[in-house]
Amino acid sequence: MGRKLTFEIFRYNPKDPKSVPHTDGFQLEETDSMTLFIALARIREEQDPSLQFDFCCRAGICGSCAMVINGRPGLACKTLTRELPERIILMPLPVFKLIGDLSVDTGTWFRAMNEKVGSWIHTDKAFDPAAQEERMENAVAEEIYELERCVECGCCVAACGTANMREDFVGAVALNRIARFMLDPRDSRTEKEYFDVIGTDEGIFGCMGLLACEDVCPKNLPLQDQLGILRRKMGWTALKNLFSFKRT
Amino acid sequence: MEIIVTDLLCIGAGLAGERVAVEAASAGFEVICLSIVPPRRSHSSAAQGGMQASLGSCCMGEGDCPQVHFEDTVKGSDWGCDQEVARLFVETAPVAVREMAFWGTPWNRVVAGPSTYYKGGKQFEKVEASEREGLITARDFGGTAKWRTCYTSDGTGHTLLYTMDNKVVELGVKVHDRTEAIALIHDGTTCTGAVARCLKTGDLRIYLAKATLIATGGFGKIYRETTNAVINDGSGAVLAIDTGIVPIGNPEAIQFHPTGIVPTNILVTEGCRGDGGTLLDVNKERFMPQYEPKKAELASRDVVSRWMTHHIRKGLGVKSPYGDHLWLDIRHLGVQHIRTKLREVDEICHNFLGIDPVKDLIPVRPAQHYTMSGVRTNKDGAAYGLKGLFSAGEAACWDLHGFNRLGGNSLAETVVAGKIVGEKVVEFLHGYETSFSTSIALAAAKLQQERISRIVNCKDGKENVFAVRNAMQDELMERVGIFRNGKDLGAAVDNLQKIHERAQRVGLRSNGVGANPELALAIKIRGMLRLALCVAYAALLRTESRGCHAREDYEERNDRDWLKRTLATWNEGSDLPVLDYEPVSKIFDLPPGERGYGVCKIISCDGGVIGA
Repeated sequence: MGRKLTFEIFRYNPKDPKSVPHTDGFQLEETDSMTLFIALARIREEQDPSLQFDFCCRAGICGSCAMVINGRPGLACKTLTRELPERIILMPLPVFKLIGDLSVDTGTWFRAMNEKVGSWIHTDKAFDPAAQEERMENAVAEEIYELERCVECGCCVAACGTANMREDFVGAVALNRIARFMLDPRDSRTEKEYFDVIGTDEGIFGCMGLLACEDVCPKNLPLQDQLGILRRKMGWTALKNLFSFKRT
Repeated sequence: MEIIVTDLLCIGAGLAGERVAVEAASAGFEVICLSIVPPRRSHSSAAQGGMQASLGSCCMGEGDCPQVHFEDTVKGSDWGCDQEVARLFVETAPVAVREMAFWGTPWNRVVAGPSTYYKGGKQFEKVEASEREGLITARDFGGTAKWRTCYTSDGTGHTLLYTMDNKVVELGVKVHDRTEAIALIHDGTTCTGAVARCLKTGDLRIYLAKATLIATGGFGKIYRETTNAVINDGSGAVLAIDTGIVPIGNPEAIQFHPTGIVPTNILVTEGCRGDGGTLLDVNKERFMPQYEPKKAELASRDVVSRWMTHHIRKGLGVKSPYGDHLWLDIRHLGVQHIRTKLREVDEICHNFLGIDPVKDLIPVRPAQHYTMSGVRTNKDGAAYGLKGLFSAGEAACWDLHGFNRLGGNSLAETVVAGKIVGEKVVEFLHGYETSFSTSIALAAAKLQQERISRIVNCKDGKENVFAVRNAMQDELMERVGIFRNGKDLGAAVDNLQKIHERAQRVGLRSNGVGANPELALAIKIRGMLRLALCVAYAALLRTESRGCHAREDYEERNDRDWLKRTLATWNEGSDLPVLDYEPVSKIFDLPPGERGYGVCKIISCDGGVIGA
């Protein structure tokens, strides 16, 4: 016999005039290697088919299923119930707009983020289908991949003190994205251009250095290092801007 | 009802859908992508291993060229593919890889000098040439003559999808995420868009488009044990089936991947075996070399999956509470390789199995993985039966893969077909005008609204949608799996017909208000059953063994009678699909012969018998 787990789950369906925000309790017997994906799917199928939550790859790859698990943002699919106490409290991620119950609208938020930081290779060159690819050192490719592993799950944003206080803060995810493009020799943007995007309180200078982002990142991205490096670089760029401004 | 008009409607925003969207948007057309999840969560992201393209830059790929890739692909398909399409594909793949590099994919690169690699558990040395330093490198995959699979660690699908969606953002292509197309709008000859349901609000919307693309990926979720994401439930194939006109090509062509982990069926990449991992049985002994002396663990997926099942049936599997399994051993690849080149695998082992692949064996067994089957198109990606309808990627039966897809050819297909079909869609859109009929569109939407209302109000019955889905999944798993026979397939068809009847009596237990998940499944369960029946019935009628379709009662590949493709359509009100057939290929650059792996008797086109 497995443990008897009690789930307390946030419930609210904004489309239902009769619905008010509240918590529902569900009980489930724990099985071997049970994840929150297995548990929530069972609750929906056996107890309440209206329960809203998001899963996609259920393998920790796509970033769909972030939620607040006993007070801490994380990916539900890779959270084993055996690592949690018998009472499990599930809440939707803060900051993002609620769709219903545990489901939030990360798509709109991340699209806006990607637009804001210009999350693509900026170049004046045109692709030549007849040419060999431009060479790149493998070590550089691996450094880029290290930062590219972000799955846009939203955990770092939900756990961020600044993002919870000011709506316009871009979050560690955006700063990490900028750091990824700064590493990329194919991107022609200058530090000054990056500064124009993130050299503000909405960007790198809004970070209070609490670093919950790194603590909760399910992909273990080196966010602390990246934020530190960016802050230093952008600080220097700010100084340079100051002096070049004085000269004119 | 909200009506939205556009030039191109891409249903699905994974790699294939977005690649077509990029092509059309770059040519100045207005494009809207519909996606049931935010686009970067599409299942393309889960493809770990890599993308085949015959760049031949690494030393183990030396001498590679499109012709060698072509031969591997045709043999892999067990001569079930369209050879014109395969030719087009292999010639475009190198350009497509370089284009993705240009757009930002951080492909792993050639590092000059000596390094070690593993094959069959043994260590070898190779030396990369200094003049190739920094070019895109490749790894080994099953069923290939050369190291041809380009990769970024084992997150290739993820980096490709992020690169592609970056391009989509750059071009300002609109993506309506959490929107599910539930019916095509057509007049019997021309497709003019789709009726879609918003998965944020539950509201229906009408999309009118000059061209409509189905790029919704595969439909593995009709099986119980599958590596597929929960979203891969075949909604795109259902759109086609429900027209009664557009056929599903080779529904019986379903691939099982050798290495799903037990019990969750999460995939660990073929890159594990490509990089030198081995399969072990209960005695911790390798068994593949005894069945496949030449290719061993790197025979094609259908062949390895069959031998694994065969070996388990011999009683040499490892017993577990979740049934018998085998072991995947990558320990000898070493900590450095595993933590960098097989990083996702490493994470999956830790997170879902609680084991360390550097020290421990990984429990694996074959699980449903890929549908070679899909919306039948011509080589331009234009669907049979309806003008203005296209399809690309796993959702389509283009037909590059025939009866078995090679590892690394699906990611390649998404961006290569996306590029080729995208160009054809652009050609189609240039100078094409159509007329949108609001009466046809509204009638299509009204039909869906009425259906939804009947389901919500339990007008046709109170069947539990989850119970119906589980019954279907069990049926396919038990009787339409890796090994098939007439008796089981016949029973599966009978049982699925009964479940199909139940599917039409589904009624909700919840209120169906807003983004209700029970309703989302209830809307498509009927179509999923139709799809399941297409698979089972086509498998019953194909009395031969070819690629993944292994009949215990017809063990030979029969080129005399079955060198043809199944086309399945569905007449409304029926409880079985109509099956038709067409030749697999117009041309045979590579005439049917032996694959070089997988023991098989062949009845050749002239009736002669080759092999055991």
